[in-house]
Amino acid sequence: MIAIVDYKAGNLTSVQRALEFLGHQSEITDRAERIVAADRVILPGVGAAGATMENLRALGLVEVLRDDVARAGKPFLGICIGIQLLLDRSEEGDVDCLGIIAGRVVRYPRSIDGRPLKVPQIGWNRVRQTRPHRVFAGVPDNTHFYFVNSYYPIPDDPSMAIAASDYGIPFTAAVARDNVLATQFHLEKSGAAGLKLLDNFCRLSC
Amino acid sequence: MLAKRIIPCLDVRDGKVTKGVRFLKNVDVGDPVAMARYYYNEGADEIVFYDITASNERRGIMLDVVRAVAREIFIPFSVGGGLRTLEDMRSVLLAGAEKVSIDSGAVRNPALISEGARAFGSQCVVLSMQVKKTGARPDVPTGYEVVIDGGRRPTGRDALAWSLEGERLGAGELCINSIDRDGTKLGYDLEITRRISEAVSIPVIASGGAGEPAHLRDAFTIGLADAAIVASIVHYGEHPIPALKSYLKRNGVEIRDAVTLDLTPP
Repeated sequence: MIAIVDYKAGNLTSVQRALEFLGHQSEITDRAERIVAADRVILPGVGAAGATMENLRALGLVEVLRDDVARAGKPFLGICIGIQLLLDRSEEGDVDCLGIIAGRVVRYPRSIDGRPLKVPQIGWNRVRQTRPHRVFAGVPDNTHFYFVNSYYPIPDDPSMAIAASDYGIPFTAAVARDNVLATQFHLEKSGAAGLKLLDNFCRLSC
Repeated sequence: MLAKRIIPCLDVRDGKVTKGVRFLKNVDVGDPVAMARYYYNEGADEIVFYDITASNERRGIMLDVVRAVAREIFIPFSVGGGLRTLEDMRSVLLAGAEKVSIDSGAVRNPALISEGARAFGSQCVVLSMQVKKTGARPDVPTGYEVVIDGGRRPTGRDALAWSLEGERLGAGELCINSIDRDGTKLGYDLEITRRISEAVSIPVIASGGAGEPAHLRDAFTIGLADAAIVASIVHYGEHPIPALKSYLKRNGVEIRDAVTLDLTPP
């Protein structure tokens, strides 16, 4: 069973429908014991870092995700806001996040060389696989994935990055460490390529 | 670099696709789910459904369509047409749409934009507007006026001013539909698309008038649009999406190459 963490925001059902399409059973839940009991955990999302952290805290899930999932070696996938929450701190709302991967989350610049940059980034962008990882099995390098984001992660240790993309500036698009994996792009909205990555995650043994 | 998006538009009335989509073999062209599946497999970057169902009692049918589409289409899709309240928006999003497109409802009640953005996030809220070239006058300095109710009713609002107001209120994207060009196949209205795109810092979607591949190229390179709505140009099979995409690529436009991958278990 895969637990999809319900933090009272965002479109969680789209991730569940993608899993269903792929034939993987999942459950949307905000209960610690269900998350602890799950084989894998997905933290999906659309939302703001501040509000999301507040909701996770109110639900008592911060320690669960950090200690009982990430540090306990359970396969853990963060999507979109889920990648940002993995780091120590976000500029968005200036909040402390889960601190599972050392680093911070910053906003895209408002302009590049005097030309305004449209923020949020909304649309399909190429993803370079900067470090080989099993989750990319069968997915060609430089495939487009669907992004909706105003902020992006900067891990302290650049080797945590497994993929990068460019939006005015180069940015980290996916990170991985042991059992923890996260993408800035929406796997559930990225067509066949997104489904393939999601399927690969569901089959990874950590 | 972000790819320019091609967005097929399907008009749906009482759960059926209208506006003669009639070329496809083995596809029930009246079935919005089958059509969405077809365009998804063709490499559409997004899909938009406009619900033109007249009676309120039959609006639930569209939600069933949205639910069915969401089960098998894994790219973003939006739903517009007749959304007047926050609850209308919520039910479409809960049914599985990625975005809602609001139009006349937002003109009548601009707070719908800000309330929608607050409740669901700006990325969910597309402010769509029908614009008509009326000539410049004091209340419409660009010469492009926003019209509502299928183009029948002028609003006295300038298209550029309304775009800026929409962005300020929290719209995540703007869709600019030229009522003059709609259905003409003469190309998008590049002038107003460009003026708005240069003035706002959110994505702009060009709509109305695509008849030739070059019209899409121009929307992106001259109109500075981030995305383009296509209807009859793809519905009649003359210019399938893969052909449009290769044309645009040859012309130096950044486009998403759709990949087909084997998703069967190893």
